[in-house]
Amino acid sequence: MRRRIDVLVCSGAACVSAQSAAVRAALEREIDARNLHDEIRLVETGCMGPCELGPVLLVYPDGAFYIRVAPEDAGEIVEEHFLKGRPVRRLLWESPDARRIAEGKKQVPFFEKQHKTVLSNCGEIDPESIEEYIAAGGYEALGRALTESGPQKLIETIIASGLRGRGGAGFPTGVKWRFVAQESSPVKYVVCNADEGDPGAFMDRSLLEGDPHTVIEGMQIAAYAVGATHGYVYVRAEYPLAIKRLKHALAQARASGLLGPNVLETDFSFDIEVRIGAGAFVCGEETALIASIEGERGIPRTRPPYPSSSGVFGRPTLINNAETWGNIRHIVLNGAEWFSSIGTSKSPGTKVFALSGKVSNTGLIEVPMGTTLRELIYDIGGGIPDGKALKAVQTGGPSGGCIPAEHLDTPIDYESLQELGAIMGSGGVIVMDEDNCMVNIAKYFLEFTCDESCGKCVPCRAGTRQMLNILDRITKGEGRPSDIERLHSLAETVVETSLCGLGRSAPNPVLSTLKHFGDEYRAHIEEHSCPAKVCTALIRFVIDAETCKACDKCRPVCPVTAISGTPGTPPYRLDAEFCVRCGRCAEICPFGAIHIETGPVKRDI
Amino acid sequence: MKLEELRQIRERASKELTLRKGDARVRVVIGMGTSGIAAGARDVMAAFLDEISTRNLTDVVLTQTGGRGLASSEPVVEVHVEGEHTVVYGRMTADRARQVVVEHLVNGNAVSDLVIEVRE
Repeated sequence: MRRRIDVLVCSGAACVSAQSAAVRAALEREIDARNLHDEIRLVETGCMGPCELGPVLLVYPDGAFYIRVAPEDAGEIVEEHFLKGRPVRRLLWESPDARRIAEGKKQVPFFEKQHKTVLSNCGEIDPESIEEYIAAGGYEALGRALTESGPQKLIETIIASGLRGRGGAGFPTGVKWRFVAQESSPVKYVVCNADEGDPGAFMDRSLLEGDPHTVIEGMQIAAYAVGATHGYVYVRAEYPLAIKRLKHALAQARASGLLGPNVLETDFSFDIEVRIGAGAFVCGEETALIASIEGERGIPRTRPPYPSSSGVFGRPTLINNAETWGNIRHIVLNGAEWFSSIGTSKSPGTKVFALSGKVSNTGLIEVPMGTTLRELIYDIGGGIPDGKALKAVQTGGPSGGCIPAEHLDTPIDYESLQELGAIMGSGGVIVMDEDNCMVNIAKYFLEFTCDESCGKCVPCRAGTRQMLNILDRITKGEGRPSDIERLHSLAETVVETSLCGLGRSAPNPVLSTLKHFGDEYRAHIEEHSCPAKVCTALIRFVIDAETCKACDKCRPVCPVTAISGTPGTPPYRLDAEFCVRCGRCAEICPFGAIHIETGPVKRDI
Repeated sequence: MKLEELRQIRERASKELTLRKGDARVRVVIGMGTSGIAAGARDVMAAFLDEISTRNLTDVVLTQTGGRGLASSEPVVEVHVEGEHTVVYGRMTADRARQVVVEHLVNGNAVSDLVIEVRE
């Protein structure tokens, strides 16, 4: 009997953490119990995007999209929906009307504005099935490249497409290919940089988990174009699921004659090895990554020579980011013109973003370049939860910067973001609301880069430490009037004199917050006040004598017994000297009688 | 594997993804409310699935819906052919289902004596 329903169970890492495997098992049991296993197929897919709402299920052909499914829901879904044809409304996104359910997930605003190219298979096919990848058009681009195009034409196509590196710097991909192709070495390498280390970034991981073959195919096409015979995927050990699925995909491709000697029975031979990194942020820098592949300690070296002439083991090496590789097969299949018609003229194509922070729909998304931050955060991200106001958007992780709310209509492309003091980066987007202290945010990112600095060059090793010390004292209310100027001059030195991109971009979060949120720095230094009421040294909890009902809820939760009072006899008292500012009293107070104050203590005279 | 073999695999395997494409020419919707099931809608569905599968009709998808209040005519089946009126069949049986697949889905002629409604 023919199958009539495909149930796609998201098995991206976020849904896996939310127990998607248990949901899958429960569905399987319920389907078996009703003897429906011939009619219904369960498929595990990669990330579908809305990670916040996991585990999610997508049911075809009607396209119903279930969110936050628990194993206990499986019986109802199978009985009501799969057997009787009535989708379980309480689990559907937004409980749309019947017509919308029938029309599928594209009607959900989160998906409606997206333009999935690199992620077109992610969440739609089983990443562990090479047949499904082939059915979705996989390896056709490789086949055409090997039999029809020829290396020269492939490089010209990639140059003409205008594709730029998706790792963040935005260097024209095709030009890089040409550099490597022009080298006359008998041994050349192709490398996939999947050493994604930015806090809040999960684009490369999701791509490798959801559609590993697409990365493999991109690397193969490039290897053929530049004359490489060996490839490496450098991926961090923190990504066990991505590594597992990638290795599985490589083995499948090898077994099918799509990877290894004489690919597709042509003269082209190429194989890929997985190199697992120990999770040092600096290994995302290409020269450090190469050192790590060679078995050396992952520290960068000066360039030139660039990897295109002297990379892995001193051989010409082509390094591209995982998402860049994910674009290649689409360009080969659809042509350079098709690609450059998407996005903006200087930044063509789409970009994958990992949306996180204070936004309703956190998750993985893909939009055309030139989409505005407002569309990203409000239309796709669903806006800021709890009715709070958006304050800033952080792009590019620790190397990027904060963009204030007034620049929300900036189109996202490499140049526009740079003008604002941020960078495109690899695609991490962190949304901040009024409760985020920008000085504290800058400190957080600098802590990260300071910690991850490899220590080879002084400006990065010592400069970031000195900047961090200054930020630390500012957030403790011990800032000095000269600190802002000192931060500026230190930042300038670190940017100009650091050896590699890590140091050169590390001051960005500080510089961009100084530029756009200078008032907050001054408030910390001059008034000892934290306007967002975050920095614990600058805030105090106060019980409002008028509102307090002496209900005695706050007193027992205080971990340091700083609250005293008699039940029924308001007001309670909070001893600021003992208070550790954990905020538990304010959280539990049913009357909102405990609030936070900052700045100098106001006394009635 | 040669490129031609790859394309053959694609041909075969693409059937696996038909349901997910959402570009089917024909959509058959079976009323599977309580009264529909009581009147034998499961058998009707099984017959549809079997016949569609035997004839290898890759552009047909089968979905279900709840009861539509036509209890006296159950099992009820709607056939949506792209660009044509929706045809509703009533009092379906497994045999009639097979008849609808052959005459309506394949040959393009609605089985008029089973039709209970035609909608724009």
